[in-house]
Amino acid sequence: MTDEPLLRVTALSKYYGSRIGCEDISFDLWPGEVLAVVGESGSGKTTLLNCLATRLLPTSGTASYRMRDNQWRDLYRMSEAERRFLMRTDWGFVHQNPADGLRMTVSAGANVGERLMAIGDRHYGNIRSTAVDWLGRVEIDEERIDDEPRAFSGGMRQRLQIARNLVTGPRLVFMDEPTGGLDVSVQARLLDLLRGLVTDLGLAAIVVTHDLAVARLLSQRMMVMKDGHVVESGLTDRVLDDPRAPYTQLLVSSILQV
Amino acid sequence: MTTAATEIATYNFAYLDEQTKRMIRRAILKGIAIPGYQVPFASREMPMPYGWGTGGVQVTAAIIGPDDVLKVIDQGADDTTNAVSIRAFFQKVADVAVTTETAKATIIQTRHRIPEHPLTAGQTLVYQVPIPEPLRFLEPRETETRKMHALEEYGLMHVKLYEDIARHGRIATTYAYPVKVEGRYVMDPSPTPKFDNPKMHMSPALQLFGAGREKRIYAVPPFTRVVSLDFEDHPFEIQTFDQPCALCGAEQVYLDEVILDDKGGHMFVCSDTDHCEKRQACGHRGHLAPEALEPAQ
Repeated sequence: MTDEPLLRVTALSKYYGSRIGCEDISFDLWPGEVLAVVGESGSGKTTLLNCLATRLLPTSGTASYRMRDNQWRDLYRMSEAERRFLMRTDWGFVHQNPADGLRMTVSAGANVGERLMAIGDRHYGNIRSTAVDWLGRVEIDEERIDDEPRAFSGGMRQRLQIARNLVTGPRLVFMDEPTGGLDVSVQARLLDLLRGLVTDLGLAAIVVTHDLAVARLLSQRMMVMKDGHVVESGLTDRVLDDPRAPYTQLLVSSILQV
Repeated sequence: MTTAATEIATYNFAYLDEQTKRMIRRAILKGIAIPGYQVPFASREMPMPYGWGTGGVQVTAAIIGPDDVLKVIDQGADDTTNAVSIRAFFQKVADVAVTTETAKATIIQTRHRIPEHPLTAGQTLVYQVPIPEPLRFLEPRETETRKMHALEEYGLMHVKLYEDIARHGRIATTYAYPVKVEGRYVMDPSPTPKFDNPKMHMSPALQLFGAGREKRIYAVPPFTRVVSLDFEDHPFEIQTFDQPCALCGAEQVYLDEVILDDKGGHMFVCSDTDHCEKRQACGHRGHLAPEALEPAQ
């Protein structure tokens, strides 16, 4: 690990008219670190994620990112071309609904290969063998490489989306409820896979979730949001085992015990 | 023109009013200045349905002058409905000379072919384009495809070719085969067979593309690089035919299959009728050619 963070967020705010999306958020993200953002629906966690991933422009505040050449760049002052290039090479974005992140009408292999072709890979054989390799890493049978994601189950689609994002070796991945809409056993398998990949590749990730178990399993650090503000942040185990803010205590105590 | 002047009311020369023609010419000039870039223009209603070449007709109407000689082809043929009616249209509204001979024409309006006879400097080829956007079926949002063109993000075009190879073992796209113009814009060469793609490269003729329904004009100026997209290990190839034209015996030309009876009989003949007739007049014969040519009518 280097002694510099990867992403530095300062006083980020986003207003929808007079309503608050998220307000005055500051944090640093370090290389290889997984940060979970938890909170109830409407707490502003997805707004925050979309601002960080430059899918939304914040009303005020800055976010700077350390590029591969160690240059710090302000995300909101980059040209659109640079931003889009960053998004398809050094970043990944895993949507809650895989249909938003996949091309549903082209084969699984092409879905994985699209980013490679976007950065100029023009050798079919190489693209295909990389796709085969990545399908294997996300536990999709190689035989399914020419099937469209429409023919895949929800869990497979989500795994395919992850492979598609990781194929260019990104350093930072944004995940919006990566396990939402999956049943418990599939969720467990996906989390296991994600945890392995994140550790193997040394990925930094920002994971938005309302599921505290996901945060516990994946993240080292977490932020708890309510009404657009961060009410508590710290090491995941500390926050979950010893919640300090009243809202976090409520959140932790409302986990269903079976 | 002298007779037209005596009539009370008549069409303006080449049907469109002068303001419209200026507007289209401006779009054409912009298109020539940025090879392969789709220039929006205010496409007009034409006295023919969309899909019949309203874009090509408007481009032709904007550039044609009284001294021009017009040739119109439809799938290479001068004698099919679309070609005949557009030719008749310009004879009526512009009173220009028409021809079926490629070498004699100054403007050639085409639907889906480039003539076999090499084009020369000073000639203009006008394509009728149904869908100008090469990325349309991969990315339906026009706002997004425009951005992709602007930022030169063309990886998606290769996704289509990848899909072809994954499904068919080779690039199975045979028409509307995407090309990169002058190393910058990816362009749909209209539904011409990929056989004709190499003819667009460094062509001495000016090539103009008009899409009436989609309201776009684009252009390839003379001597411009036009490269068909491909993979390193699956290079671009044109169609080949294992037999020559059944009427004129020509090889290395694009052939159409013609059904002869309901017992499976068929023959392959030149799609370019002018080229085929010229060759037959010079005495070339294919295996199904009549012994002697019928006298010209």
